[in-house]
Amino acid sequence: MQQLKDTAEHVIARAKKNGVTAADVMIREDDTFSVTVRMGEVETLKEAVSRGLLLRVFLGKRTATSNTSDLSQAAVDRLVDETVQMARLTSEDDSGGLPAESIPRTDFPNLDLVDPTWEQLAPEERISWAVRAEKAALSADKAIVNSEGSSFEQAHSRVALANTLGFAGAYEGTSAGLFCGPIAESGGGKQRDYWVTAARHRKNMESPEDVGRKAAQRVLRRLDARKIATCQIPIVFDPLTARSLLNHLFDAVAGNSIYRRSSFLVDKIGQTIAAPEITVVDDARLPGGLGSAPFDDEGVPTQTTPIIENGVLRNYLHSAYTARKLGTRPTGNGSRAGSGVVTIGPTNFYLKAGKYSPEEIISSVKDGLYVVELIGFGVNTVTGDYSRGAVGLRIENGKLTYPVHEITIAGNLLEMFKNVEMIGNDVTFLGSIAAPTLKIGKMVISGE
Amino acid sequence: METTNNKSVFFEKYNVTTRDLETYLGEALSRGGDYADLFFEYRINHSVVLEEQIVKSATKGISLGVGVRVVSGEKTGYAYSDSLEREHILKAARTAAFIANTSSEGGRVGIQPLEHTHNLYSIPVVPADLEIMEKIALLTEADQAARAYDSRIKQVQASYIDETKHVLIATSDGRSTWDLQPMVRLNVMCIAEENGQRQSGYQGGGGRRGLDAFTGDLSPAVLATESARQAILQLRAVDAPAGPMEVVLGPGWPGILLHEAIGHGLEADFNRKGTSAFSGLVGKKVASELCTVVDDGTLPYRRGSLNVDDEGNPTHETVLIEKGVLQGYLQDRLSSKLMKAAPSGNGRRQSYEHIPMPRMTNTFMLAGESAPEDIIKSVRRGLYAVHFGGGQVDITSGKFVFSASEAYLIEDGKITSPVKGATLIGDGPTVLRQVTAVGNDLKLDQGVGICGKDGQTIPVGVGLPTIKIREITVGGTNR
Repeated sequence: MQQLKDTAEHVIARAKKNGVTAADVMIREDDTFSVTVRMGEVETLKEAVSRGLLLRVFLGKRTATSNTSDLSQAAVDRLVDETVQMARLTSEDDSGGLPAESIPRTDFPNLDLVDPTWEQLAPEERISWAVRAEKAALSADKAIVNSEGSSFEQAHSRVALANTLGFAGAYEGTSAGLFCGPIAESGGGKQRDYWVTAARHRKNMESPEDVGRKAAQRVLRRLDARKIATCQIPIVFDPLTARSLLNHLFDAVAGNSIYRRSSFLVDKIGQTIAAPEITVVDDARLPGGLGSAPFDDEGVPTQTTPIIENGVLRNYLHSAYTARKLGTRPTGNGSRAGSGVVTIGPTNFYLKAGKYSPEEIISSVKDGLYVVELIGFGVNTVTGDYSRGAVGLRIENGKLTYPVHEITIAGNLLEMFKNVEMIGNDVTFLGSIAAPTLKIGKMVISGE
Repeated sequence: METTNNKSVFFEKYNVTTRDLETYLGEALSRGGDYADLFFEYRINHSVVLEEQIVKSATKGISLGVGVRVVSGEKTGYAYSDSLEREHILKAARTAAFIANTSSEGGRVGIQPLEHTHNLYSIPVVPADLEIMEKIALLTEADQAARAYDSRIKQVQASYIDETKHVLIATSDGRSTWDLQPMVRLNVMCIAEENGQRQSGYQGGGGRRGLDAFTGDLSPAVLATESARQAILQLRAVDAPAGPMEVVLGPGWPGILLHEAIGHGLEADFNRKGTSAFSGLVGKKVASELCTVVDDGTLPYRRGSLNVDDEGNPTHETVLIEKGVLQGYLQDRLSSKLMKAAPSGNGRRQSYEHIPMPRMTNTFMLAGESAPEDIIKSVRRGLYAVHFGGGQVDITSGKFVFSASEAYLIEDGKITSPVKGATLIGDGPTVLRQVTAVGNDLKLDQGVGICGKDGQTIPVGVGLPTIKIREITVGGTNR
């Protein structure tokens, strides 16, 4: 950790020497382990440390960014010099610059992001988690005849950030995921499905046997799926598919979609955009949360931002740039995924639990579809128009009856959020974005 | 400067020797194992974004590292190092070696450097050496053309990306080869606004070459005008129909149909494991006789082309479907050994951090005999789809989707109203049996394809002549 901080401070000093007016640098280091197992045998085993340095410099109102995996001093020094050269050739941008100096840089609580016991888990044990999950799936039913495999991944990530305003911070976190993907076969063909558990702490992981059994239940119920006729009926999204709706909502409230006017939620702050029971937050301070962090990738302290309160749109999410552009304050959502250019990222972005169990929701539907998987990219964030391939289970008189596939569901995201009729009590976190079971009044299914 | 006959940057700049490669491979096989390889990669990326008529960002990225793979039976051990220092590579080799424990006598490897069988992208200046001002000029030209197209165009984002990728591959069966792989791409995104309604348009293009890629059909003005045209067109789009109907796909990028419906399902790993809907169908009829589909990694300057794949094997033209009959699979080294087939040059990986897998290169259908106008005239009621967003497939059930971003109704043989974006869904092993006409107008896409599999993304190409499909489900909202 100290070594990352030292490198970060060296880069800032080098940039200053090159005459920058401001700069910031972020260094990431990930220790990763992953194993995939298939039909009881190890298929791949991978272990490595990967590092990345992300630099941003300002010359007055001009900026340039760079990134490198080569952290040798000569390579880093050369890149700093080249980045400053590049900045001379970009345009002046009035909204550019580091986060304002007035933003506090001290409020960094311990968010319980590290579980030191992962280190005590020997490679043999890690492998056995994947083996046990797959075994539980394969032995659940004789229709489960094959497997895409089962995998276990574990990472320990460290982040250090420094800027020319004197900020120097660092934090670390552990995380792990266990996946199982069985295949079932019947006269009606083959089907796949999966289940996965993910957490920062071992105690929050589901057991390998539970993961395997759930994966088995999920694939078995898809056997002998058929198409249904084109119709308009109520749709119940399970927590995994509901989560994808929250993903689209996140894209639509990200500050860069707002200033570009490329979102269906432009100019809608203070307006009712969803059913009155819907409350959505972006909460970076959730203890042990997979998306939790003390500060964002620009050094802005993170916070809890209300997005939708009782159906009313309250806030967009901002980096320093998008906040300045739209005359507001950054929300601690600056993200430097990949290239180093700051965009907007979610922390723990989720729809708050409602009062119904998933069973109550399903039993409220006389004639509808319970959606368990969505595929494709048919979502237009500019207009909210929505059309995706779906796999589901038919709901008839409050009961799940038979599986359905090769259909699409279509509508418009704004109407879909307004038409949410019931919210489940089962928010399921598998990453930064999460949702409970959701029932939407009606959508068009295109089928036979 | 000849880009492929020079010595590799790894020998010249990083002082890697053939002797070093032998030592690392020996270490990789120190616990036994059938095979080991090294994948050295040095990648330089640049990007420039022009938005709101100013150059908002300029970025340079460097990625340097080496991946070590050890194969023992069906098992693969993998590790990588982002330092090319000897001790770090040896440590990665020992980590990867952990997978094998069949012997302890240590591997002894002798390396013979191989010549390339083809040279598909020899260019005078590699993208890494291009001047940023030239790139900014392209973006400015695109911005101006998009705004000049229509006053309702309110936002234009023009972006340029390039990549200069050096790879060096050495294998324990005694081969080493290297390549220098250039790539450029230009994208233009427009937002049109009228009476509070907003729509977007997108167009991009590029290939494995320098800035000379951006002339003719790929000139900044043509790309920008096309992007603006789509955004304006969508302002008057009507709801897409819902239900099964006759569909005509336009030439070029709609070839994404082949990529999703059959390409992924024919990747050898899924078939070796019996998890694909195409498993066991070689020699069977899976398409109408009008359909011949190939995957060809040897097309000069194409985005999906490579001199050698990421396992050092020369790329090929592989016939996947000939006159409707399934011919074979796309192979990487591991699957070809286990299936006792020849490698087809389709072993690809995202970077040195990733294990190679069977992947597509440029996947397209050969031209047929029909005139495209006649195909449209023959449809009484249907959909004509010419531009697509992305697609996805469930390998096991064979169900696939691809999302039209520009489509029109066909009514009584005539193209009429534009419709809003809609997802089309079908069944991979049967959709091509429904092909009732194939046009004489084969076109390859403009060089924008990105394919994702198991979390790894790689550049690919697709292509298609105009085709007619008797029935496919269109996922609109208008019943």
